[in-house]
Amino acid sequence: MRQRAGGGTRSSVRLYLAVAAGGFRRYATYGTATAAGVFTNTVFGFIVAYTYIALWEERPGLGGYDQAQALTFVWVSQALLAAAALIGGGFQEEIQERVRTGDIAVDLYRPADLQMWWLAADLGRAAFQLAGRGVLPLVAGALAFPLALPADPARWLLFLVSVTLGLVVSFALRYLLGLAAFWLMDGAGINLMATVVTIFFSGMLLPLTVFPGGFGELVRVLPWAAMLQVPMDVLLGEHAGAGAAAGALAFQAGWAVVLLGAGRLVQSAATRKVVVQGG
Amino acid sequence: MAEAVLARSRMERELELPRRNRAVEGVRGYGLIVAMWIRSTMTYRTSFFLSTFGNAAITLLDFVAISIMFTHVDVLGGFTLPEVALLYGSCSASLGLADLLLGNTDRIGSRIRDGSLDTMLVRPVPVLAQVAADRFALRRLGRIAQGLGLLLWAVSALDLEWTLGKVLLVPVMITAGAAIFGAVMVAGAAFQFLAGDAAEVQNSFTYGGCTMLQYPPTVFGKDLLRGVTFIVPLAFVNWLPALYLLGRPDPLGLPQWAAFVSPLVAFAVFLPASLAWRAGVRSYRSTGS
Repeated sequence: MRQRAGGGTRSSVRLYLAVAAGGFRRYATYGTATAAGVFTNTVFGFIVAYTYIALWEERPGLGGYDQAQALTFVWVSQALLAAAALIGGGFQEEIQERVRTGDIAVDLYRPADLQMWWLAADLGRAAFQLAGRGVLPLVAGALAFPLALPADPARWLLFLVSVTLGLVVSFALRYLLGLAAFWLMDGAGINLMATVVTIFFSGMLLPLTVFPGGFGELVRVLPWAAMLQVPMDVLLGEHAGAGAAAGALAFQAGWAVVLLGAGRLVQSAATRKVVVQGG
Repeated sequence: MAEAVLARSRMERELELPRRNRAVEGVRGYGLIVAMWIRSTMTYRTSFFLSTFGNAAITLLDFVAISIMFTHVDVLGGFTLPEVALLYGSCSASLGLADLLLGNTDRIGSRIRDGSLDTMLVRPVPVLAQVAADRFALRRLGRIAQGLGLLLWAVSALDLEWTLGKVLLVPVMITAGAAIFGAVMVAGAAFQFLAGDAAEVQNSFTYGGCTMLQYPPTVFGKDLLRGVTFIVPLAFVNWLPALYLLGRPDPLGLPQWAAFVSPLVAFAVFLPASLAWRAGVRSYRSTGS
């Protein structure tokens, strides 16, 4: 099987592009769900924005942000929430279900790499949700509150690179969760735990720069920081200068490589374990 | 064809069961389905304990974030940490209770999409009972336990002047709050007959509402406060009763007795919600053939 997939780099690039486009289209189909999501992100944005205003009025400059930067943090994190699958969603439930029902055997039989296949599909999904669910809440936030969005197009470009790296880190972690179904059968519990950890350690609840002392230092080097906190600081210009920005992106890329590698190891262990019934 | 079958079965059901029995049948059916799902949940015991713990931890981490805020400030919107914990715990327990009993109604949109609602229409149990009981998630006890635990801590940390009215108000606040959230869930489910898969809209009123209610009302703008008092009356879930417990005035200047009308408010919102649900079920046309 594998040899056929390696037959031509160009054809496999085309394959994964097609898979990504399929992921994009699949999520683009549900217009109402997208509109409902935009509504939800906007409502949450308003609620959190008010609490941050109260917090930053009490303690200006908290976490190294002024109030406009804190509000930007709120609205951009609402914009990234769905794309980065911070509260779950995406594909891991689907892999788990396919493991439980045995459909995974079909996936393993395909002339494509399992991890790359799902990565392509997930990036396609994220691209749609970034555009479909990200833009409108951010616009609503920018209209209602004074935000500190940069005018420099290079900063936005850097932000997009950082978001993409964050998405890959997010994928790599969720891929491990998906494969956990080979051992756990039912993924509901571990998914929920993962959501808890992701919401807290990504900076979704509170910017990681606000976390106190050694605990704060620890949470800022964990992989979850790569999903939200790092792209946010890139956008807010906290990594001033080319060196600092490159360091931030390297931090993300490092976690992406480590976690994708771990995914491969677990995948090979899982496929050795799988026993397909039937003929 | 399917429509004719559905219409006939619906008619038969209404002929067979007198109206007063339907409520009893509904509760009985709900209980049976719930018992089945609990047995099923217990098959994967590790997953159950992990997810119950996770359910409690989700809300606890929310509170950890608030505690981190309070390492930098002494008061938020004029409220201290135990006062915020009182708001937090009561709202969390109410939402947890509503979520346990009725939370799965938000799956109605995907049921309409995949056609599995049709199966429910031909069974002799009210659809709402089936939808609410389907995939009953016992793990949601985690959130209730966690909310009640924080509420207990808040009450012991605060030096409240207890009266009989205040003691009675605590359980009333939790159950009436759950009923208000429940009404929002039923209304949201009814809305999905109209809008399709729009589960997230109700999430913004339930989970979003709870995110708001865990902070002091003084943090928010007056317009928002009016909206959640008079339009979607979430303020009655815990803000108004909790302000009374704390002996603080309502920012909108509502009288003190407003703290005690939560059950009436819950009843008032359940009425349009259940009417909307009925209208939704009646208007449903299956996609199948």
